[in-house]
Amino acid sequence: MEIAYFPGCTLKTTAKSFETSALAIAESLGLDIKELPEWTCCGTVYSLAEDDLMKQLGPIRTLARAEGLGYSTLTTLCSMCYNTLVQAKQFVAGDSVRLQKINNFMEEESDYTGTVEIKHFLTLLMELGLDRLKEAVQRDLAGRKIACYYGCLLLRPESASIDDCEQPQILEQLMQALGAEPVFFPYQVECCGSYLTAVKPDIVARRAYRILENARENGAEAIITSCPLCSFNLKDRQKNIKAIYPGFKDIPVYYFTEIMSEALGITKTVENS
Amino acid sequence: MRVALNLQDNLLKKVEEISGENVFACYQCGKCSAGCPMVAEMDLLPNQVIRFLQIGAGEAVLEKRTIWLCASCFTCAARCPKGVNLARMMEGVRVTILRQSNADQVTPPEMVKEPLPQIALISALRKFTT
Ligand code: SF4
Ligand code: SF4
Repeated sequence: MEIAYFPGCTLKTTAKSFETSALAIAESLGLDIKELPEWTCCGTVYSLAEDDLMKQLGPIRTLARAEGLGYSTLTTLCSMCYNTLVQAKQFVAGDSVRLQKINNFMEEESDYTGTVEIKHFLTLLMELGLDRLKEAVQRDLAGRKIACYYGCLLLRPESASIDDCEQPQILEQLMQALGAEPVFFPYQVECCGSYLTAVKPDIVARRAYRILENARENGAEAIITSCPLCSFNLKDRQKNIKAIYPGFKDIPVYYFTEIMSEALGITKTVENS
Repeated sequence: MRVALNLQDNLLKKVEEISGENVFACYQCGKCSAGCPMVAEMDLLPNQVIRFLQIGAGEAVLEKRTIWLCASCFTCAARCPKGVNLARMMEGVRVTILRQSNADQVTPPEMVKEPLPQIALISALRKFTT
């Protein structure tokens, strides 16, 4: 069954390695995912104002397009896109007045009816099954101690969560299936400061410092994430961290798909990704 | 801190209308503030934002950094024992200020000048501009 894929803007630029590795994984595992031919920005962060329908047009338009093309499932890689699409879907579900207004506004699209299901790529992998993933491993990641960082938007609010809000397991299970050793890491669900990075880089650097040090204290040699913004805050802000805490030592941050494609023998090494 | 009470506080009404949340559902247990990742940088605890709204002193919230430091991470919403979505209320206060002042809280020249991921730029502009 073909699944629609919504990349979102960042997957085409700063998170290119995330997309490339994920698409290679999908292909090697036989997941039939296809980029939507026309997509627009989802708005990146979900609007919480009940009375502002304009801000829901971005995500709903994407859902309408996927539905109009006959897809029943849509997948994303970016945690922010995932969250925005799911919450927008929930915003109009069961409120026909709202939905009608939004549909009227998007005259050129076929009406959105709420049937398309949104699944994060991690959920698709879990549905394939851990045994299937284990079979696909070419280069066992034995001995690699990895901290699985979820951040916010894969897990909260609860109605949008891909796993348990406080004690998620999906990334750990995935890493175990690849032979790696996930470390226990209490800061795994703590927000990195998100978009404040664009206006308050020091605040985000202090947040990121605590998260990274917590991972290191628990024995991690690398951190994985599924959000291009978490990745930026945890990885690129390490230079800001050093300016505040001179003793800080770098720690690598990867997309889970980079580590995974290494294990599946698709890329040589994530070191130069 | 000294605050003036205004029992016809229409900020309270606006925030409830915009957020769809009931400000009085909160019983001030403080669990939201205990888990808030941004709390160390804030000048008012997240539960205090609600408290000021409850007592009709919403004005005191408007000049605080807190509402602009909330990162919409939903930790408070996921943990609140009363099912209050505080993240929505924070947005309610932000949106009220943006609409009333019709002035952006940040402009592109004030934003960090380095190659940021698009999602950082767009999110910040969505949260801080009218
Ligand atoms: S956790 Fe909920 S009830 Fe407790 S203070 Fe915060 S908003 Fe109020
Ligand atoms: S949504 Fe805002 S107030 Fe709530 S925990 Fe996150 S940063 Fe704090």
